[in-house]
Amino acid sequence: MTMTPEEKKKQKQRNWALAALLAGFVVLVYVVTVVKLGANVMNRPL
Amino acid sequence: MTAASATNEPARAGASLAGPSDYVALLKPRVMSLVVFTALAAMIVAPGGLHPVLAVVALLCIAVGAGAAGALNQWYDSDIDAVMTRTRARPIPAGRIGRQEALEFGTTLAAFSVFTMTFAVGYVAAMLLAVTIAFYVFVYTMWLKRLTVQNIVIGGAAGALPPVIGWAAVTGEALSPLPWLLFLIIFLWTPPHFWALALAGNEDYARAKVPMLPVVKGSRATRNQIVFYTLLLAASAAAPYALDLAGPVYGVTALIGSAGFLAFALLLWRAPQDAERTAALRVFAYSIAYLFALFTALATEKLIGFAP
Repeated sequence: MTMTPEEKKKQKQRNWALAALLAGFVVLVYVVTVVKLGANVMNRPL
Repeated sequence: MTAASATNEPARAGASLAGPSDYVALLKPRVMSLVVFTALAAMIVAPGGLHPVLAVVALLCIAVGAGAAGALNQWYDSDIDAVMTRTRARPIPAGRIGRQEALEFGTTLAAFSVFTMTFAVGYVAAMLLAVTIAFYVFVYTMWLKRLTVQNIVIGGAAGALPPVIGWAAVTGEALSPLPWLLFLIIFLWTPPHFWALALAGNEDYARAKVPMLPVVKGSRATRNQIVFYTLLLAASAAAPYALDLAGPVYGVTALIGSAGFLAFALLLWRAPQDAERTAALRVFAYSIAYLFALFTALATEKLIGFAP
């Protein structure tokens, strides 16, 4: 199947949007984890 | 609708012309804005505190959950959307997104929003979010919408739950009277809001065979019902102030706002047939401003220290 230039352009846009969403979700989980741990984030045995 | 009514599937899957904006359109962003706003207002008035980052995440989950419900609604109702003027440019009937894609998109977002809410805020808010999405998709979209003239009355419960979710996100409980009064206000606001829109676009619903009140019972019965529900709405809007759960800023806003709503409803009730569409659109537009005003007043007086 050959995609038209317009279809390729839209596919690229969708891929970038999905990548941004996934990256955003990773950051969100990280930030929520840090916030929920609060001061305890540094509290672990060495 | 039959499961086989997979209309407008792109001819070559993967070679879609859908851009990110089409996926945003699947989320019904305008509906989402009202949902987020009412939830935010409830989060502000709820006692206790939630870390600002977690509050933003909770709002994001509510927004994405509402969007997921909107996407699933468009997946199921693509046959209706295709014949209605108001909705036929939506991504599925326009052929830019396939039904299967919309189903997968909506289901994924629904799962992510509920999971993230559980992880970030707690299970009470997450369960309420899941119930809201499920109610909108299964009870309203799949069951009531095509079955009964009471579709948007009962289905309105889904749109009314976000303040309860917002409250639960902050407090961890959902048994206090105020969030349920806010639920009641939105629940009673929904019929006049949607019936006004349905009066303005009556032919659309008739063509789509959706049993909206104006299609089934006619214009006069709809106008009567709009006035009836506006009276109930006015009473429920006054309740937070009357029960000392909201302060004078809210009380005055509710009084003036409800009087205005009733005035527009009565103008529609009296309007000659050729002026009905204009009067109905005024009720519709006013109803949105009214809900924003009520929840703004509620949140503002808490922020400025006027709340009881």
